Parts: sequence; C-alpha cells; structure tokens
Amino acid sequence: MDLTAPVLAAINGNLNVLGYGLGALGPGIGLGFLIGKALEGIARQPEAAGQVRTTMFIGLAFVEALALFGFVLAFARS
Amino acid sequence: MTMPPTLLARAGFRAPGTEDFQWPAIWTIHLDGFTLEINRTALLMILAAVAVLVLFLIAFRRPRVVPRGAQNLVEVGVDFVRRQIILEVIGRDGLRFLPYLTTLFFFIFFANVLEIVPGINFPATSRMALPAFLAILSWLLFNWVGIRSQGLGRYLRNTILPPGIPWPLYFLIAPIEFVSTLIVRPVTLSVRLLANMIAGHLILAVFFLGTVYLIERPATAVFAVPAFVMAVALVGFELIVALLQAYIFTILTAVYLAGALEPEH
Repeated sequence: MDLTAPVLAAINGNLNVLGYGLGALGPGIGLGFLIGKALEGIARQPEAAGQVRTTMFIGLAFVEALALFGFVLAFARS
Repeated sequence: MTMPPTLLARAGFRAPGTEDFQWPAIWTIHLDGFTLEINRTALLMILAAVAVLVLFLIAFRRPRVVPRGAQNLVEVGVDFVRRQIILEVIGRDGLRFLPYLTTLFFFIFFANVLEIVPGINFPATSRMALPAFLAILSWLLFNWVGIRSQGLGRYLRNTILPPGIPWPLYFLIAPIEFVSTLIVRPVTLSVRLLANMIAGHLILAVFFLGTVYLIERPATAVFAVPAFVMAVALVGFELIVALLQAYIFTILTAVYLAGALEPEH
C-alpha cells in the first residue's frame, strides 16, 4: 500500500443515500415533537411520569420505523 | 472466529456495506431437497440462546429469599418486564405472558449486545432470520390470544371494524385496519430491530475502520483521534440501543397482546 499518496476524497454511490436523508427528515421532526411533549407532560405532572414514559417509548417505536424503512430500502436497491 | 474477507483485503478505504453481513458457511448439511448451512450468524444465535439459558440457570438454580449476585441481577430484569412492561401495558391479566416476554427481552438483548462484545462484534439480529422469526412468533401469539379470548368472529370484527365509527367510514377504515394489524405489525416489528442493528454495526465499522485508515497515513493521523473517540462513544451508544430495542420489541408485543385481549372501545 502506498502510504505517501495524497488522500483523495471521492463520492460514489447512488441516489438512495439522498433518499435516506430525506426519509430521516420527517421522523426527526416527529421525534422532536414526541419527546419534547413527553418531557413537558412529565414536567407538568411528575406523578404520571411512568405512564407518559411508556407511551412515549411506544410512540417512539412507531415514529422511528419510518426512518428505518428508508434506511433499509436505501440498501435494498444499492 | 473467521474475519470476513472484505475486512482483511481492504486496500483503500471502502465504506462498509451489505457485504460485511454475509458470512461463508462453516458446516454444510445436505438433506435430500435442500442444503442447510451453519454460518457465523447461526452460531451467534446459538451462543445468545445458550448465554440466556446459562444465566438463568445460575441465577435461579438455588433461589434464595435474599438474592445475591447473579440472582439479584436477573431479578431486576424480570421485575422490569413485570412492572414496566406487563403491569403498565396489559395489567394483572397479562402476567401469564411473563415467561414469554421475559425470554424475548433477554434473548433479544443478548443477541443485540453481541455487537459490542470484543472479538465477536456482530449482532445476531442484524440478519433478517432472527427478527423475522421472533416477529412471526409474536404475531401468532397475539392472534391466538385474541381468538382464544374473544372468539374468531368477534376478534376479527373488533380488529377490522372498530366500533364507534359512522358506518360509511368502514369502507375506508376496514382495509387500513386489516393491513396495519395483520401485515404491517409483524413487518415493522422485525424491520425495526433489524435496521437498528444493521445501522449500529455499520456505524461502528465506519468509525473503527476509518480510525485505522486515517492512522496509517502521516497526513491524516491527527484526524484518527476524533474518529477513535467517536468510535468508543458509539460503543456506549450501541449498548443503549441494544437495551432499547429489546425493550421496544417486548413492549410492542405487550401492546399487541393487550389489544388482542380487550377490544378497544
């Protein structure tokens, strides 16, 4: 391996990567709302924290699924 | 354990991809119709199952009233599933699913955490076989529970035609409910676990291989430091992800079971 060669950055790949970036956008916003609202709920009513947290995790799983579909499909046709 | 050929024969930096998840067969068993191959992923599944078995045997072979050591540790896990998952989501009625959900939680966690075990570094759940199998198992269980507790007709009616909606809307709701309950649920359950583990493995590979690549060249050796710091931080992050995904898989199974036990009203 030639260690003195200049480091060249090259981008190769396909549009799937952009698709995944776009696919992560919606769930990113969704997670922000979801967790922010859950924190707000817990701050307003700390005794309901357990229930709010459980529901938050369930919602988190559903929101996250969309981003993960984008991620998997980016590989599916690469 | 063998290294994948792609890791060793990497000349320049090549971003890790799907080929890092493919392992050659170690043993091949020929049956008349088809061939059965045992590769590294299959061995890791067996390892995860044996690890859970051994842990529970050590913990509960001679249980004591005042738990110590391993029993203490596993009791925390079982109690977590009991309180935070079953009592929170299903209620007392769901305690009969404690063995299944506890097994699910511990097994998925062990299969996930193989990702950051030094020397293994590959999660058994990052191939579709294991998540798909577990999701199908959960799918069969919640449908069976629904049919057992409500009867086939009532279960289907409550699933596909939820009560309390003006009847013209059923033309819209029924197909959506049918697809989301019977098809999308198992698919999302398995894909969520799979994709999280693939993403975790890829990102760890990117940072560790990137560190090695950067440190080999004098011009870029400085940048190897932040790459390595990030790689180590991500190991901690992946531990949280392994736990969180085991929790989410288990709690969603509990949510589906709760929905099957009592129709929404």
